[in-house]
Amino acid sequence: MAKQRYIQAINQVFLDEMERDENIILFGEDVELAIFGDTREVYKTFGPERVYNTPICENSLTGMAVGAAAAGRRVILHLMFGNFVYTGMDAIAHQMAKLRMMTGGQMDLPITVICGYGGGRSLAGQHSDTPFPVLMNIGGGNVVTPATPADAKGLLTTAIRGNNPTFFLEASGRGGDSGEVPEGEYLVPFGKAAVHKEGDDVTICAIGTMVRPALRVANKLEDEGISAEVIDPRTLVPLDEDGIAASVRKTGRLVIVDESKDRCSAASHIAAVMADKCFDKLKAPIKRVTVPNVSMPYANVAEMAIFPTPDKIHAAVKSIAGEMEVSNA
Amino acid sequence: MTELSNVDEQRRADWLALYERMLLIRRAEERVGKVAQAGGMPGGVHLYIGQEASGVGVCSVLEDSDYITSTHRGHGHFLAKGGDIAAMFAELWGKRTGICKGMGGSMHVADVSKGILGANGIVGGGIAIAAGAALGIKTGKEDKVSVCLFGDGAANQGVLMESLNMSAVWKLPVIWVLENNGLSEFTITDKVTAGEQIDRARAVGMPAVSVDGNDVIAVQEAMQEAVDRARAGEGPSFIETKTYRIRGHLEAEDAFLGGYSYRTQEEIDAWKAPDKDPILRFATRLLAEGGASQADLDEIEERIAQQVDAAEKFAEESEDADPELIYDITFDGQRP
Repeated sequence: MAKQRYIQAINQVFLDEMERDENIILFGEDVELAIFGDTREVYKTFGPERVYNTPICENSLTGMAVGAAAAGRRVILHLMFGNFVYTGMDAIAHQMAKLRMMTGGQMDLPITVICGYGGGRSLAGQHSDTPFPVLMNIGGGNVVTPATPADAKGLLTTAIRGNNPTFFLEASGRGGDSGEVPEGEYLVPFGKAAVHKEGDDVTICAIGTMVRPALRVANKLEDEGISAEVIDPRTLVPLDEDGIAASVRKTGRLVIVDESKDRCSAASHIAAVMADKCFDKLKAPIKRVTVPNVSMPYANVAEMAIFPTPDKIHAAVKSIAGEMEVSNA
Repeated sequence: MTELSNVDEQRRADWLALYERMLLIRRAEERVGKVAQAGGMPGGVHLYIGQEASGVGVCSVLEDSDYITSTHRGHGHFLAKGGDIAAMFAELWGKRTGICKGMGGSMHVADVSKGILGANGIVGGGIAIAAGAALGIKTGKEDKVSVCLFGDGAANQGVLMESLNMSAVWKLPVIWVLENNGLSEFTITDKVTAGEQIDRARAVGMPAVSVDGNDVIAVQEAMQEAVDRARAGEGPSFIETKTYRIRGHLEAEDAFLGGYSYRTQEEIDAWKAPDKDPILRFATRLLAEGGASQADLDEIEERIAQQVDAAEKFAEESEDADPELIYDITFDGQRP
């Protein structure tokens, strides 16, 4: 184990994997200068034959990823901001997500699309989206949302070595976060949730950027006599339905924290699945802490008014606490 | 028949092969059109009839290992690149023996083993894929080319300008083939297009040439030059093949048009005349300069009739597509 920042862990995976497999190519806007830091030294190390600093044209870049993969390469496409999933959406939805199925399984598409998502930094509506819902809904792509540097390493390695299109959603605000990262070969399988903190009274299912505030709230709740379990799906497609359900069946209460807009959010989907799977064990309604169905505003005070903050998570848990405080008293 | 020199013999064989491929596409699609009109297959079909010289001329200089991307009007490209007619028919009929196991249908016929990266239901959908395949070839240091077949409708998609730009700036081994039939679905392309589309390639400094798309030899010659340039590492080229779509945008088009039309019967008839139709024109030339006899052409006609009958029988008799397969093939090694 060694301490690494989240963004460094990602950067190291790019360097390691491209060293290990010369069939990997990487391209995207400004990857040469690495404005997010995650592609630092990649261009310098592997050169213009494998790393392409592209013009600004996401709609062609997503289609080119498909073509390069169909031609046998293993592709990493850096889309910069999560919002640019939308500008590149045509080929994502119509080609990347569909061609394997539509060709009868003839075409493997080993593509990792990486981009930073989320708000909270006054970047306003066009640079603050969390595109989980649209990506979860395209039918043929994995959606990966690591919260920690270790999971960033393990999930990115799995994504790059896999044969399916995978959207690796970088928790932008967490670039500076550091944590213990296993050294050497380390892969985290898709579809396996992680329990960050065990508890008995309520399950807080937190996604990506929301894991950190969820843990803060859980620790605070502990002082208040409420034992919260914090579970992190780590991948939304595939989703560890059984893992999350096991936690919910144990605690009987569920709060889901998700930075996407509420309507058709990952939280909404998980709520529906858990209502179905755990109905007989639920002691209270399932609560969602999400962003309302509006665009992220610029001014900090306005942004924070709609952002899923620790206070809102805390309030959501308290709203269904009811008997658990009594039972723990 | 007079004695032919070796050179003439080779040309006779080559030309007959071109003729046979064009006629195969024509007869296959005539059958598909007939069955579709009679409601004998699911989905809609978009026929390539009238444009055969373009796809056949283009693919005649390619190897199986070279890539093509195609359009929603892709049967002709599929057969021109060596796709199997029976597997294509079974696909159109929605059968598990189809080239895409019945999961793609008419607008999505693909055979990756032959470099056919697929017909595509999105107008312009193949453009960035072709550029990407060329990027893949270049980064893999492979001796292949990528060919993007697209129409004048697709040429108005913004993705073309983006991909032309990247292919030129990185000298990608790609040949852009604009099959200009003058029609964007149900709209005359000229009415919605400023300037000449070929100039969009010239704007990024790419060699660009316009040829008679109903002359298979003219298409082949332009294509050979472009492929040689790409294989030599000299980058992309752009070819416009001027042609015409004889059939409607799709086979059931009359039902959509409700008595209205976007073109005249006289125009259609003019393009069907022996001096315009790519197959009739080439037959005349084969007999006059290619050393072929009417008996040669009759023999080809007979052979193709049998192939088309056999393909239809195969499609008809094959088992329906397997619904369970959806869950097995959406991802590699993973259930959705």
